[in-house]
Amino acid sequence: MNYKIMVKIQSWILFIEAALMAPPLFIAMYQKEAQSVFAFAVTILITFILSGFLGLISKGAKNKFYAKEGLVCVGIAWIVMCLMGALPFFISGKIPNYVDAFFETVSGFTTTGASILSKVEYLGKGLLWWRSFTHWLGGMGVLVFFLAIIPVSGSGGFSLHILRAESTGPSVNKTLPKMRESAAVLYILYIGLTVLDFIFLLIGKMKVFDACCIAFGTAGTGGFAVLDTGFATYSHFAQNVTTVFMLLFGVNFSLYFFIVLKKIKPVLKNEELRVYLLVVLSSIILIAFNIYGKTADTMRVSDTIRHSAFQVATVITTTGYSTTDFAQWPSFSQAIMLVLMLMGASAGSTGGGMKVARVILLFKSLKRNAHKLMHPNEVRVIKMNNQKVGEQTVANVNAYLAAYVILMILSFIVLSLDGKNFSMTTNFTAVVATFNNIGPGFDQVGPTCNYGAYNMISKLVMSFDMLFGRLEIFPILALLIPSTYKK
Amino acid sequence: MNIIVAGSGKLGSMLTKRLVEEGHNLTIIDTSQDVLDESIEEYDVLSVKGNCASMEILREAGVETADLLIVTAEEDEINLLCCMTAHGMNKNLHTIARIRTPDYAESTYAMRKLFALSLTVNPERHAAREIYRLLKYPGFIKREKFANGRIEMVELKVEANSLLDNMPLYKMPKIANGQVIVCTVLRDGNVITPSGEFILKAGDKIYVTASPINLNKMLKNLGLITRRIKNIVIAGGGSVCFYLAQFLEKDNCNVKVIEQDISRCEHLAEHFENINIVNGDASSQLMLEKEGVENCDAVISLTGMDEKNAVISLYANSINIPKVITKLGRSQHMQIFEALPIGTIISTKELSCNTIVRYVRAMENQVGSAVTVHSIADDLAEAIEFIVDNSTYNCSVPLKDIKLKPNVLIASITKGNRNEFPNGDSIFVPGDRILIVRNGGKIIKQLNDIFED
Repeated sequence: MNYKIMVKIQSWILFIEAALMAPPLFIAMYQKEAQSVFAFAVTILITFILSGFLGLISKGAKNKFYAKEGLVCVGIAWIVMCLMGALPFFISGKIPNYVDAFFETVSGFTTTGASILSKVEYLGKGLLWWRSFTHWLGGMGVLVFFLAIIPVSGSGGFSLHILRAESTGPSVNKTLPKMRESAAVLYILYIGLTVLDFIFLLIGKMKVFDACCIAFGTAGTGGFAVLDTGFATYSHFAQNVTTVFMLLFGVNFSLYFFIVLKKIKPVLKNEELRVYLLVVLSSIILIAFNIYGKTADTMRVSDTIRHSAFQVATVITTTGYSTTDFAQWPSFSQAIMLVLMLMGASAGSTGGGMKVARVILLFKSLKRNAHKLMHPNEVRVIKMNNQKVGEQTVANVNAYLAAYVILMILSFIVLSLDGKNFSMTTNFTAVVATFNNIGPGFDQVGPTCNYGAYNMISKLVMSFDMLFGRLEIFPILALLIPSTYKK
Repeated sequence: MNIIVAGSGKLGSMLTKRLVEEGHNLTIIDTSQDVLDESIEEYDVLSVKGNCASMEILREAGVETADLLIVTAEEDEINLLCCMTAHGMNKNLHTIARIRTPDYAESTYAMRKLFALSLTVNPERHAAREIYRLLKYPGFIKREKFANGRIEMVELKVEANSLLDNMPLYKMPKIANGQVIVCTVLRDGNVITPSGEFILKAGDKIYVTASPINLNKMLKNLGLITRRIKNIVIAGGGSVCFYLAQFLEKDNCNVKVIEQDISRCEHLAEHFENINIVNGDASSQLMLEKEGVENCDAVISLTGMDEKNAVISLYANSINIPKVITKLGRSQHMQIFEALPIGTIISTKELSCNTIVRYVRAMENQVGSAVTVHSIADDLAEAIEFIVDNSTYNCSVPLKDIKLKPNVLIASITKGNRNEFPNGDSIFVPGDRILIVRNGGKIIKQLNDIFED
């Protein structure tokens, strides 16, 4: 492996992270939060020094870069990023345990939104802003941001492997010939949509600080709250705006690029988008019928639809905001929610989960295999958007499902060993909610509860589950396989 | 510029590399997914899989917004169809096609408007002409022409215990008995812009510019010019051989072609009456011995396989054939083979690639663009010829007062018919042709890029 170039990239990532900690530092200064100011200042200093040191030892790195380097590099970068990002919480003393701070930061960067805090306002504005900002960064990916701003010449594999390892979906590719422009287009669309969301929230009479943080959380499909009382406090207009924007951020971003280019036809014909919208719509209707009149806040039709739409959007895009406690819903609605949690948003979006594209491919591959049992010699190809899907991609999706199930089962077993002896539902949905980057699960990790009660080992396991989920397993798995380090 | 490269074979991938380095937006089309995967792994480009002559695929590759289409697919017919189709979709598109079947040479020229061709390249013919030139002037490895032939650049290898070994460069004009300039030295894979104090060592490759007369004098004084080449053995009867035979036939040389495929032999025999065609495997020593290879003046390895060519040339060199020329296809083999004693290496792709890159540069910048571009010293350096115009900086300023970039050297200034070897007092004015050599560093697209800002 080309260790030097990997160290060099870590150096750049740390540099970017340090620079991006400046805004929360200023917010903390403005709010006169002395502890936070100190914490951010120290963290920025440490991160800069580390970045400089890594930059020095990686001088003269060559650009040879292959799939293995890409995976390992992205995996390490995310862990390093989370380790540094957790420092402000820890140094300020607001989260006295470093593992808790790490969990909170991983949850931020992976756009999970699972928290160990019961009272979030206690953190103060600076840390709250940073916490939400990690959602926004993690949503589109820090390394993609790095690709957009740093000119990387020469090797194309260098940038492509990073993009592939960090972006979501079964087959990641560029939209423009040059990686830098592709990445920049992604970020421009991302920033544009986020700003639009922010403006709409302001129209909905949300406070500027809240609107900013909620927009970050929505864009990255994260879901950290900024008020102890949660999302129900905001106006119905703001809730509906958030529903729409969550769904928008759950769509493949390259489709927005087509819309900007005025190529509407491929967007309308996109199979994944159609399935995604169909699932969203039918889930909203089914849940609305199921919960109507069952709880205190679903007595009116309009409220029922609002809650149903909001919760479906928040779960399928793996955001994790909540306007109501869906743990109180009838079990049919809960079952639909659980299915949506596992399915997740579209490939190439900021959402987590299995991704709609993978689910479609799995169904098609299952159908073909079933057919093959009866007609062994018949040749069939799997198509998506009327184009042949390579057999390698199909095999990768199947392998992904296997890895996904195995890792979730292992985590579930480890969580069950926790001394607090939580219920099966709690443990299982805790794994589902962290692995798929959602946030709230059911029972004791439901929308009104938090993850603070778990012990350190469980929290670390869940931290890794979140990383597995966000990076789609293989970058982190590559770090754990011995053959990665063989010469 | 937005460029589409259709067909990612040896030439296609070499072009991709060069054009990406020059900062263009590239989209490549090929029918094989494996080839495409390899390309996007290596270079920062977009890929489209499919038949490049279909409108759907061309549309997907963005032909409507492209500036240039380069087609290097396997079949000439597809290349022509692709250019016509693409031009029908975008009237402002420039098209370059590789056309290598001799049968189409006439029609592609006569009907280039109809086929919508801006430029055609024929790598095999190009290579044949280059080999022919080398045979006429043996003694050095490569020879390039500039300023309409008034200046030439040759590549020489410094042999151990030769006159050049351990010689400081300021003695060079004395030995050559005329004005010559050493522009570039390639030593251990690094290019050096040498000063007068620079001392040559065995194993160096040097690039020397001079007028043709001075060059011949120098070669004679260095003992590099040998007798005229008369008896030639060519291994492999492919298209390069076909074109080369056309040139050699007129020259009254004794040419023997060894070709494995019997029908190809018959085809050659049908076209060339004065050339001996032998059916057999040229890589077998017995075969070569039987055909009396030890008595010939030159052996040229032109088979379709690089490895075979290298083996034939190694053998030819071991029995002291005066001139050995080896054709290589894959550019990544170059560095390995270069270390072997296989004589002069000819890369068919490289020659055509240079032509196309030159066209692209000219397209990009109509004013002050390069007239000739030759990539030298394993692609690490370039010799570029420009015409000075009114927009050029530092006109009429003596060279000693101009600050050039450290890796740039002015090799010659041609004023009308007269050639001037630059010294501190030389000046250039609009209308002059100026030859510069860039050793490593950033790519130079316009003449003004050579000045330090």
